[in-house]
Amino acid sequence: MRLFQDASYAFIQQRKRAYVISAIVLLVGIGAMAYNVATLGSWANYGVDFLGGSLVQVRFDGEMTAGELRDALGGAQSPPITRFGGEGAAEFVIRAPLDEDASITEVADGVEATLRANLPGRNFEVVRTELVGAKVGGELQQKALMAVLFSFLLTLAYLAVRFELRFGLAAVIATAHDILITLGFLALFRVEIALPTVAAILTILGYSLNDTIVVFDRIRENMNAKGARKTDPVALVNQSINETLPRTVLTSGTTLAVLVALLVLGGAVIRDFTLVLILGILIGTYSSIFVASPALIEIQKRWGIGGVSEKKPRPEPATV
Amino acid sequence: MFNSVRSRLIIVALVVVTAVWQLYSHKTRTGEWLKLGLDLQGGMHLVLEVDDPDGTMTAEARSDMIDRVDRIIRTRIDEFGVEEPLIQKVGGERLIVELAGIDDEDQAKGIVQRNAFLEFKLVLPTIDFEQALSRIDRAVVTSLGVDSIRALGRDVAGQEGDDLTDLLFGTDPAAATDSMTAVSDSAAAAAAAAADSAEAEANALRPFSSLLAFGDIEGAFLVAAEDRPIAEMFLAMPEVERAFPRDQIVLWGADLVSQAARNYYRLYVLEEDSFLTGEELEDATAGRDPQFNQSQVQFQLSRAGGRQFARFSGAHVGDFLAIVLDNEVMSAPVIRDRIGARGQIDMGQGTPLEEARDLALVLRAGALPARINIVEERTVGPSLGQDSIDQGSLAGLVGIVLVVFIMILYYRVAGLIAVGALAVYVTLVLGGLAGMNATLTVPGIAGLILSIGMAVDANVLIFERIREELAKGRVTRSAVDDGFEHALSAIVDANITTLITALILFQFGTGPVRGFAVTLSIGIVASFFSALFVTRSFFLAYLSGRKASDPISI
Repeated sequence: MRLFQDASYAFIQQRKRAYVISAIVLLVGIGAMAYNVATLGSWANYGVDFLGGSLVQVRFDGEMTAGELRDALGGAQSPPITRFGGEGAAEFVIRAPLDEDASITEVADGVEATLRANLPGRNFEVVRTELVGAKVGGELQQKALMAVLFSFLLTLAYLAVRFELRFGLAAVIATAHDILITLGFLALFRVEIALPTVAAILTILGYSLNDTIVVFDRIRENMNAKGARKTDPVALVNQSINETLPRTVLTSGTTLAVLVALLVLGGAVIRDFTLVLILGILIGTYSSIFVASPALIEIQKRWGIGGVSEKKPRPEPATV
Repeated sequence: MFNSVRSRLIIVALVVVTAVWQLYSHKTRTGEWLKLGLDLQGGMHLVLEVDDPDGTMTAEARSDMIDRVDRIIRTRIDEFGVEEPLIQKVGGERLIVELAGIDDEDQAKGIVQRNAFLEFKLVLPTIDFEQALSRIDRAVVTSLGVDSIRALGRDVAGQEGDDLTDLLFGTDPAAATDSMTAVSDSAAAAAAAAADSAEAEANALRPFSSLLAFGDIEGAFLVAAEDRPIAEMFLAMPEVERAFPRDQIVLWGADLVSQAARNYYRLYVLEEDSFLTGEELEDATAGRDPQFNQSQVQFQLSRAGGRQFARFSGAHVGDFLAIVLDNEVMSAPVIRDRIGARGQIDMGQGTPLEEARDLALVLRAGALPARINIVEERTVGPSLGQDSIDQGSLAGLVGIVLVVFIMILYYRVAGLIAVGALAVYVTLVLGGLAGMNATLTVPGIAGLILSIGMAVDANVLIFERIREELAKGRVTRSAVDDGFEHALSAIVDANITTLITALILFQFGTGPVRGFAVTLSIGIVASFFSALFVTRSFFLAYLSGRKASDPISI
């Protein structure tokens, strides 16, 4: 079976259209972030892991509605409640902000005591509690940001050595594009940012980079081939994208198939996580074709860094 | 030797056997194939930090302190009997304590968290403190405002106060009332009156002192049990603390006292400096006093501590001595005579013996050198953990079947080869995780998914290259060789950049992010080997019986 063999789509020629699409998506995301800053006070719906606070997950025997639980927890004064798992699951996540100097254990015990008092005769089990101090959350945020920035820098350096500087720049632009769009999506749908979400974003970073490098590797190879000097860079890049298209489609398809299986069967614990990953794979595939490669061309056109003209020796592949 | 098909296959077999051996020895060592994180198997995760509210400790001191905390908590948990606890210092000043599969979370937390900071303090007569009460009341009023005090139901003015307030401020409220009446009589000063009366009213409020009653023992007030939260709130205010007499503090008694059908807590007035601490404690045992039906912990002090204790008690015969545990007065016996190296802590009537045992355990293991805060706490019930494993394994299994199906459908025999190489890959990753004693968590599984994706991708890259070469009309054998060679640079660069990212994440990340980084790193190394060596070896084996030009199924 073969897909997209000998494809010759005019990807790069369509790049202006892709810029518009990317710009719109990015603007929507940034708009959502700005809106969140105005209404929520922060660009996204940070969870307990980042803000600090408490989370108590309770599972009831038998039926339980969110309204009933809210009434039991004090009606209008009730802390936010979300249903965990699908409709009808009698499992809820209750979260409350943590006062600066409140004892960290009191909150969970308080919730449990209130429920026992206000719902006599109901059997429930506290299946998970999380309490994070605000300081820890803040540090986590800072470290995650540092990690992403450093990995950008080192990736840039590595690609500058193995390829050329502009390849590194283009790869970083594409990866930043992907992360920004993902964050915009998180802001738009107010997906709660928890630790697994960070892992998902990092996975997207890795995947997007992998995709981009595969395309770049082909561009590098075609650039070093005989007669490449005379080829129009746009045509050369376009040809490279088309040559790697079967691989791009198959790899993305396989990964997506696994992720859809995780989404459908994996349960509530990893659902948000899987959704973010699926989105990221789609964006990563799109960006390796429509962002990374055009970026490469634009960089060369504007600044002429590392032109195609010099003939560089192809890096010696290690023998295994 | 790498070029001989047989030696290649032997190497693959050896690597697989090593990985399986790692898994097997992990199983015999710990009873589990892999160590599962708390999010997967249930348990308790705590992050502890040394309390340093003023920020006066140096990083070095904090780090040193956390090392001592580490040792003490380790001893406690060993005695408590938790299997394979994970206790790990992170970032120089934090301690992670992970206890898997524990039955009683509250008890476990008590053992870890309890400072077990034992102090002996002198109980002071309340007289000095009584003189400071009006200052304290005023501090409460100025920092909270009249309105919020009214909202608390503590807008008690002097004349409505109980006996104590009357005794102490008998003249004061009357003066306030007088001035108010006087001002309201004068119609000319109506404007000034409003401000003045508000101020006078504020001055007449006794939010704190009205909570206190005289106690059954000299040196302690009584506070009605239902009023304690408000009193605690007042006492926690820094302005109130500043209004205290010099070198004096107040601490709550641990027991409820019943008087005239009401329940009270004692609020002891104590000398701020303790003359002896639990550092001088040598042994502690739990016991029971059948006469009063109460549990006790008997303790023995070191020789130096005993001497100090004897000297102090000798000088204070007739005074009360407070035995303070974690800022709570356990008991305050009167000193009848010089006391030697032995003493006891009474736990109150009806306390179960287990509590005394727990206390004896933490006292023996030693007090924590400083107060510690739990800055992060997560517990996952065993049922939730089991659900995650069940659903995760099913989803993972279906995902693997899908990959196998797609690869074989698309690449036929070559696809089968890739599936074989992926099986080797999975064995290697599991063996690697077992060998490194790594813990598998939900983010860790994310790392695995990414590395599986990259392992599949590497095979796809190679096969697509071989197909291209075949399409150019190359002979099978050389098409395969060129396919591997041309795919190599892309695989190397993609894997190395991802590895760089993984290493940075390991460096910067904490907890879950690290779990992701570890599985991703192991996964990348394994996928590298599997794609380039294993797939190629299997391919060579597939080609070995054929002529160089025979067609292959790809």
